[in-house]
Amino acid sequence: MASSPTPGAPTPGAPNPAAPSVYSTSPGEPPIERRTIAVLVDNEPGVLARVIGLFSGRGYNIESLTVSEVDPENHLSRITVVTSGTPQILEQIKAQLDRLVPVHTVRDLTLAGGFVDRDLALVKVAGTGEKRVEALRIADIFKAEVVDAGLDYFVFQMHHRSDKVDRFIELMKPLGLVELSRTGVVAIARGARGL
Amino acid sequence: MTAKTEEAPAAATQDPKSELPNGAELLIKALVEQGVEVVFGYPGGAVLPIYDALFQQNALRHILVRHEQAAVHAAEGYARSTGKVGVVLVTSGPGATNAVTGLTDALMDSIPVVCLTGQVPTHLIGNDAFQEADTTGITRPCTKHNYLVKAVADLPRTLHEAFYVAASGRPGPVVVDLPKDVLQAKGPYLSKEKVHHRSYRPQTEPEPGAVEQAIELLANAKRPVIYSGGGVINAGPAACEALGQLVRATGAPITNTLMGLGAYPGTDRQFLGMLGMHGTYEANLAMYNADVMLCVGARFDDRVTGRLSDFSPGSTKIHIDIDPSSINKNVMVDLPVIGDVGRVLAAMNARWRERDLATDAKALDAWWQQIEQWRARDCLAFVQDGDVIKPQHAIRRLYELTRERDLYVTTEVGQHQMWAAQYFKFDSPNRWMTSGGLGTMGYGLPAALGVQIAHPESLVIDIAGEASILMNIQELSTLAQYRLPVKTFIVNNQWMGMVRQWQELLHGKRYSESYSDSLPDFVKLADAFGAKGIRVTKASELDEAIREMIETPGPVIFDCCVAQDENCFPMIPSGAAHYEMLLGPNDHAAKPISEEGMVLV
Ligand SMILES: Cc1ncc(C[n+]2csc(CCOP(=O)(O)OP(=O)(O)O)c2C)c(N)n1
Ligand SMILES: [Mg+2]
Repeated sequence: MASSPTPGAPTPGAPNPAAPSVYSTSPGEPPIERRTIAVLVDNEPGVLARVIGLFSGRGYNIESLTVSEVDPENHLSRITVVTSGTPQILEQIKAQLDRLVPVHTVRDLTLAGGFVDRDLALVKVAGTGEKRVEALRIADIFKAEVVDAGLDYFVFQMHHRSDKVDRFIELMKPLGLVELSRTGVVAIARGARGL
Repeated sequence: MTAKTEEAPAAATQDPKSELPNGAELLIKALVEQGVEVVFGYPGGAVLPIYDALFQQNALRHILVRHEQAAVHAAEGYARSTGKVGVVLVTSGPGATNAVTGLTDALMDSIPVVCLTGQVPTHLIGNDAFQEADTTGITRPCTKHNYLVKAVADLPRTLHEAFYVAASGRPGPVVVDLPKDVLQAKGPYLSKEKVHHRSYRPQTEPEPGAVEQAIELLANAKRPVIYSGGGVINAGPAACEALGQLVRATGAPITNTLMGLGAYPGTDRQFLGMLGMHGTYEANLAMYNADVMLCVGARFDDRVTGRLSDFSPGSTKIHIDIDPSSINKNVMVDLPVIGDVGRVLAAMNARWRERDLATDAKALDAWWQQIEQWRARDCLAFVQDGDVIKPQHAIRRLYELTRERDLYVTTEVGQHQMWAAQYFKFDSPNRWMTSGGLGTMGYGLPAALGVQIAHPESLVIDIAGEASILMNIQELSTLAQYRLPVKTFIVNNQWMGMVRQWQELLHGKRYSESYSDSLPDFVKLADAFGAKGIRVTKASELDEAIREMIETPGPVIFDCCVAQDENCFPMIPSGAAHYEMLLGPNDHAAKPISEEGMVLV
């Protein structure tokens, strides 16, 4: 196709007068928003694959996804997804989730008002001497708990909002961070009402 | 039955369970309770227990196809022409993978199908056993829902659920994967009234407020247009009737999508023809210039909208759909109305009458005058001169010579499909079966087979291209076996015409691999399959030959040799807007196809 460009078509590289300037914040570009969504599903085989397949198949973002059974008696699991996109895409994501047959409820916690969210990390930091002391001091400031230790390492348990967990991990990097395991975000709406 | 009990493991002989039916028998019982009369299928090791049970009963009829893809298309044709759920039965592994194209087709076009797949016994699942495939894994993205039945106790409930899911809300295909040991184990039956789905409850009743707003918008419109799709046909004949009432009450023009043809009478004056890429001039310009658009059971598909930024820019848009995920997916609408299309339309009609609403007669009159000017362009006109048959002429004559009949039409995919959509006028729903969303070449013949099974006395024609027909040509054998008098009308232009057209218009006439070389002699082929072969090459002989085809009691392959270089017009090049339509060969794109347009299919 490159061999004979369509006559009159803009040549590659030349400024295209029709294209909006890269500097303008064009009103055509809707903003990207982040949402935390809670999904109540039947705890049956394949349900997580359906949800993940929906996101990958339709090109939606997953920033975090957690799942666990929350009502063993009624075989219900709760999935918490943190995703981002334009408002139109976010509406699509919720409608598509709701369309899955084993899905009971989809709740946009971000839109529904306040919610609390937590992320838990286990952080292994190895080292001796000054760095080891510093790691323990910072852990103390962040209220991270030592859940395992040896003479040359600590395993810290840190749980808080994701951004604060991120910050703690950043600080541990120069102090000998060797391994990291995180749960991803779980979240729940504020107020007396349940899902 | 007794023989089987004797063969059962010794431990089971004293067991009261031995009195119970086995999984295969439970399955058949459930199918019969669901009102199933016909199953389209193909046997194999994993489903032998089901075939054995089928052998010993008379309530269900099994139609043996020649390829599992065809089983699904046949079930689709059956479903679309009857409004019932189509049922498919295939074996594990290759049986299931062969069904995947059909399932995807049914998903894209929202056709209710239940596909039963055999599976290796539960203890072998995951072992790469002979003819094992991860069927639920493979079909997860191409079904509305799927199930793996792991215990015989779950089988009847799962089957009833499968029918409920396939048919309710926005319909679609459902796979039930059945391990062989589950089919042989014994278990109790559960009737369908006892089964209630835990979570799936699509909203069918509209919000009354939305209904009021919708009719007010329509009543105040100066240039209204109604655009309806396959959802209206899925919602049933009553929904189509309600659509007609609304169109007549408002006096608005109506256009249909490819999937929606027949929902509103095609010969009526208020009907503007199909819209979209190969839609009519009047339909597309009415969409572009409308001030209020009512979209009913359609989904703003890219074939319909053309360039989104120029899609009906000045209209207030109302969208009626049962599937909330269809709302604001491609086009932002002003008023969504969620619910069953039939119920929404009925509510709108009732409120329109109760409130004694009327559209602005003067404005509507001006709007119609404008539309009539567009219609006067006669965008589907062509000149048939000389003895070389124009494909458009072949299809128009086929329509004119069959229109008085009890007729069902299926198609393959390509130019012939678009011409069929343009020149056939369907006055009632469920008469037109075409692969819209997936565009599956090879759909038409097996779909026609399924239609003919459901309507043995009717005239069923597959309008085909010479390339497409070869994709499921083996079904001629099925036609022969069941004496199905399907007429296959091949518009033989010796090219993959639609591909050739795009190469001509968009790829500098470099006709890469689009010539239909080494075609079979279709008349001899017909003979080989016990059908009648008719070949026509001259326009002067066309009518007589079509009549002969219609009068032939058995299956016919009609090789209609047509001009090779015709293109399908009007055409909105991909990425162009409705007003940038090309009306004929002398019309050049107003603008060169944009780079964004070139990447679109
Ligand atoms: C299974 C499948 N493969 C490829 C295509 C792409 N395709 C669309 S139309 C077409 C050509 C069809 O040729 P023919 O059946 O002769 O119909 P015509 O356009 O000539 O009327 C092709 C290859 C398709 N739609 N389906
Ligand atoms: Mg062809």
